[in-house]
Amino acid sequence: MLGKVTDIETMGLVDGPGMRLVIFLAGCKLRCLYCHNPETWDENGHKKLMSSEDILSLYKKYQNYYGETGGVTFSGGEPLIQRDFLIETIKLLKQNNIHVAIDTAGVAEGYEEILDLVDLVILDIKATSPDDYKFITGMEMNKFNEFLKLVQSKNKKLWLRQVIVPGINDKKEQVLKLKEFANQIKNVERIELLPYHTLGVSKYKDLGIEYRLPDVLDMDKEKCKELEKILKKA
Amino acid sequence: MEEILVEEWKGFKGDDWKEEIDVSSFIDKNYTEYTGDDTFLVGPTAKTNAVWKRCEELLDQEMKNGGCLDVETNILSGITAYAPGYIDKDNEVIVGLQTDAPLKRIVNMYGGTKIALKALESHGYSLNPEILKSFTTYRKTHNDGVFDAYTPSIRRARSNGLLTGLPDGYGRGRIIGDYRRIALYGVDRLIEVKKKDLTGEYINEQFIEENIRLREEINEQIRALEAIKEMALSYGYDISKPAKNAREAIQWAYFGYLAGAKENNGAATSMGRDASFFDVYIERDLKNGEITENEAQEMIDQFVIKLRLIRHLRTPDYDELFAGDPTWVTESIAGMINESRSLVTKSSFRFLHTLINLKPSAEPNLTVLWAKGLPENFKKFCAKISILTDSIQYEGDDTMRPLYGHDYTIACCVSSMKEGKQMQFFGARCNLAKSLLYAINGGIDELSQKLVITGFDKIEDEILDYDKVRKAYSEMLKKIAKIYVDANNIIHFMHDKYAYEASQMALHDTNVERLMAFGVAGFSSAVDSLSAIKYAKVKPIRNENGVAVEFEVEGEFPKYGNDDNRVDEIAVELVKEFYEELASHSLYRNAKATLSLLTITSNVMYGQKTGSTPDGRKAGEAFAPGANPMHGRDSSGALASLNSVAKIPFENCCQDGVSNTFSIVPTALGNNEEEQVNNLVNIIDGYFAQGAQHLNVNVFNRELLIDAMNNPGKYPTLTIRVSGYAVNFNKLDRAHQEEVIARTFHEKR
Repeated sequence: MLGKVTDIETMGLVDGPGMRLVIFLAGCKLRCLYCHNPETWDENGHKKLMSSEDILSLYKKYQNYYGETGGVTFSGGEPLIQRDFLIETIKLLKQNNIHVAIDTAGVAEGYEEILDLVDLVILDIKATSPDDYKFITGMEMNKFNEFLKLVQSKNKKLWLRQVIVPGINDKKEQVLKLKEFANQIKNVERIELLPYHTLGVSKYKDLGIEYRLPDVLDMDKEKCKELEKILKKA
Repeated sequence: MEEILVEEWKGFKGDDWKEEIDVSSFIDKNYTEYTGDDTFLVGPTAKTNAVWKRCEELLDQEMKNGGCLDVETNILSGITAYAPGYIDKDNEVIVGLQTDAPLKRIVNMYGGTKIALKALESHGYSLNPEILKSFTTYRKTHNDGVFDAYTPSIRRARSNGLLTGLPDGYGRGRIIGDYRRIALYGVDRLIEVKKKDLTGEYINEQFIEENIRLREEINEQIRALEAIKEMALSYGYDISKPAKNAREAIQWAYFGYLAGAKENNGAATSMGRDASFFDVYIERDLKNGEITENEAQEMIDQFVIKLRLIRHLRTPDYDELFAGDPTWVTESIAGMINESRSLVTKSSFRFLHTLINLKPSAEPNLTVLWAKGLPENFKKFCAKISILTDSIQYEGDDTMRPLYGHDYTIACCVSSMKEGKQMQFFGARCNLAKSLLYAINGGIDELSQKLVITGFDKIEDEILDYDKVRKAYSEMLKKIAKIYVDANNIIHFMHDKYAYEASQMALHDTNVERLMAFGVAGFSSAVDSLSAIKYAKVKPIRNENGVAVEFEVEGEFPKYGNDDNRVDEIAVELVKEFYEELASHSLYRNAKATLSLLTITSNVMYGQKTGSTPDGRKAGEAFAPGANPMHGRDSSGALASLNSVAKIPFENCCQDGVSNTFSIVPTALGNNEEEQVNNLVNIIDGYFAQGAQHLNVNVFNRELLIDAMNNPGKYPTLTIRVSGYAVNFNKLDRAHQEEVIARTFHEKR
């Protein structure tokens, strides 16, 4: 079976522990305002098809770099959408003792087996209230809530993330709410705030899609770090 | 066996190094491996701060003065030629300057008068006419000798930029004396050994040229050793006997290096592999309570200050070629003694710590010999200092150690040699991209339109045929290799004859092994051009002489730097072929041929002097540095680019070095300092695990560099790594700065 891949990063240094092979899979139902990978929305918008073996052999090619701390991260798009391919591939990777993470927003169907297989779930918390969630993603929050419940029941290790966009969710009160929300979640190994950037804007032009935050500037990295400190303070 | 009792060696273990000159064995038996972390390190002492502050003032004056503070124009270079000089005598722990004042440059005329005079003139100095007269009226120079012997084809290859950077007008450099020998044995013992070598059976048997010359050279070496003693005495030190403590060990070794820097003006006169040697003395002094950690660091800091002040008189052309006036005082650090034990000592840390205590600097060129087995704490410390200062280069110890043993050192950027046992005949570079254009254009230079290589027809096809071009290229390379070898044989014959480096050679074994180090430039452009011809359609656009001056490329072709064997095999085949051609010739003094993929910063200049190439590179555009893929062509990520370069064979091919520059912005390296350090360690480990040889690590961001280009005053110490060498970003000219910024940045998606 073949996976629909939009991109590959052989030197992924910020998506999971250690240095990782990051596979970006096509398809996502969310339409987040600030999405920087709009080319991954369409499940058939992939650049290439890859088999599980292709991914394993690509990993092996760079195994010297990934060392003992690295592994493979499936990102996207929403990687859970390509369920059958993902199950097959993660099984193969786990047979080879490779650490596997998924970078997900949790919006998909029938992913229970995937959750059983992966070592780490990097979960994107788009928002903490249904209204904000809908405003940012264009969808209801129930799928996310279901995912969070299941992942908690399986005691999976979690990394939580949120993209911080100027004027949307960069207020101290908002971060304090996020903190409150995150405090209810167990098995959180790490929580990080990702500063919004505009590197994805040119992709919209290429795809002929209107960009909905034309006037928003990059999130100030220092300010984002300050917010992260508030978040992490006990 | 009778025990050799030398007071200065008290407490040192082992006997064989006492009987024979064998610094390596001394280190093996006496050093203390350190596997701990960096918490023991201390800041600079008040004395160091005082000396370095004075140096900063002088360096600032030097920059304001157009890059040259002063030149001694009344004295001709020589070991004992200059009165002692000081920076701040009361605070200097290690003493000795090239001339009687800091940053005052020597004038060496033995290499050639032309370049020396041009350099003097460009800085507004004139030489004492009596000195000039000696060389115009009474004595011949290396440069005169070379041009007496050069053939017309060498002259053509040289003036058209096919062979560039030939050391035919100044010192050849890249020779490293084993300066540690002076510290361990004292000069008298070294003289005694050289005198004994003169009585050797072989050199007294047949008085053929080889032996006559060796006899003459040994006597020159003995005189140079006497001169080093005399020079040291002028600073108040008697170095006839071994050093008795750490400060003396560093001082004695430095006097050895300094003698070479007073006598010669060779490029890339490197220091050697000293940290763990000095550490033996430092450990002994610490144990005996004679010094504290502060004093240990002070000695290293002050030694490094001295190396930072080494200068040579260069022409504006040289400064343009190498971006500033670098000296490549390379200091090699760490490495392994065997599979399981490293040569990391506390002093390995102390040397790297000078980048914090004295702020980052391009000199000395601190080079870590990286191995899988190095202590984790040391690896992390290196990565940390790299991220903070960008001033370390890495070389693969697991790649080199099997070929050189564990006491080799690096000259210049990537040239490995056994310390005190091998020397190098440095051999400049051949432009491989231009060579390919010559193959297409029947030996006519695409820019000058002159016939440079005779005996070839132009390829006149409308679309270039790979097999035909490749065959013509092979024939062209064969012919160019011969010319290149001829030039180097002549240069080194004449260098030995007219500008012999007696003090440096005195600190080598008499029966030294010689390497002749050839080099190439324009490598990735040549490779991608061949790939374009093979996999796409390349149509030459010819001028009125039928010379291809532009190329139209239709279709896709695999590009070097993407871990794609279709093109990487072309790369490997090309270096193997060129090396084999070079090695097939007889080399002067039975030297062994080696080859480097190293351009330092000269890739910009070589590119300027090369027409458009079939890979889509336009006339005048910079080449990629060293073995790097062309920027913008690696579409498969940084690891794919590293993997392509790691395929270039080192052993018995590019054994003079495969230089690779890797740039990354810190945020792409990881989300916090700890991750950045760990990830950088993984990258370096992963790269060298594939048998790679060299990696420059730049950790910086594009915005910072653009800002530095526009506001140089804001970043006085911004150091970046360019192909085997760290340069101060501000010393690069605009073209170099733009090239660095355009070069591959691996940013976070």
